[in-house]
Amino acid sequence: MPHDGHDHVSPSGHPYRPDQDAPLTHWQVMEIAVRELLVEKGIATAEEIQAQIDSMDRRSPALGAKVVARAWSDEDFKARLLADGSAACREMGIEVDALKLIVVENTEDVHNLVVCTLCSCYPRNVLGLPPDWYKQRAYRTRAVREPRTVLKEFGVELPGTTALRVHDSTADMRYLVLPKRPDGAEGWSEEQLAEIVSRDSMIGVAVPQI
Amino acid sequence: MPEPAPNFLPPYWDADAAKPAFSMGKKVRVKSGAPPGHVRTPWYVRGRTGVVERVCGHFHDPQELAYGRGDGPKLPLYRVRFALADIWGAEAGFAETDTIDIEIYESWLEPFWDYGGDFDAQAARLEKELG
Repeated sequence: MPHDGHDHVSPSGHPYRPDQDAPLTHWQVMEIAVRELLVEKGIATAEEIQAQIDSMDRRSPALGAKVVARAWSDEDFKARLLADGSAACREMGIEVDALKLIVVENTEDVHNLVVCTLCSCYPRNVLGLPPDWYKQRAYRTRAVREPRTVLKEFGVELPGTTALRVHDSTADMRYLVLPKRPDGAEGWSEEQLAEIVSRDSMIGVAVPQI
Repeated sequence: MPEPAPNFLPPYWDADAAKPAFSMGKKVRVKSGAPPGHVRTPWYVRGRTGVVERVCGHFHDPQELAYGRGDGPKLPLYRVRFALADIWGAEAGFAETDTIDIEIYESWLEPFWDYGGDFDAQAARLEKELG
């Protein structure tokens, strides 16, 4: 920190951010303790735990976007995807593990929105880690109480004639929105289509734009 | 209330578990009450009436799983569709077609008996009948 009495502003003119060196919380200590016990007792190796973390970190919305692009390009695949989301993802070689995926389709008349009011259930195998706002109370409460207002804040203005379907992810299923394919993308390859499928559009708070 | 989605064969069906008591399109009521423990039925639908959108299959009861009891019988799990206007009231300004789908275990559902009229009137009538 500078010693000129202006220590709340860095030389670049931006305020300093506090260091993240607060003491560990109770649950952080518990996590470390359980992890060390698992290794000590030979139930899992440190390498296996690291490999699992790495595989979680490798997942990203690009996986979901590939699924959406395939569904936009192949009607039969789309039908299989809507009937059994997990099986259709496996068919594409996407490792869904125990994920039980339900895919809900946006159409001309229907818009779907996904939330988990109880915690932060999210289809991590196809979208990676959820965004911070998805886990916050503001989104979790307002998405069921005033979903159209929430959508407007995200930039999606739904016509009154569009049926809004909110999905509260409360138990064993996870949800992925299949966005409506935008006009003007005729003849595009699956790779091109996947480019315009954002994470938010697969949660239902955005629509793909060209 | 819109029509429920087409019925798909539930991918997570367990032939040894209890057959689901409710089929697609059936009107059901979520039980009221506030038992302690790991309950995954949101408060805002307890006591509310909806329609079975689909049967998801059979799953262990999270209220048991949370306490390490994973060997009990599996329960049918449903997606139940509620009209948002029913849940938040007419003044909340929802269109009739605005809905919320929620996964609910069979232990939290009961058949809906239609006495006609709105739910409050039915509840009052029931209370009277039961003395």
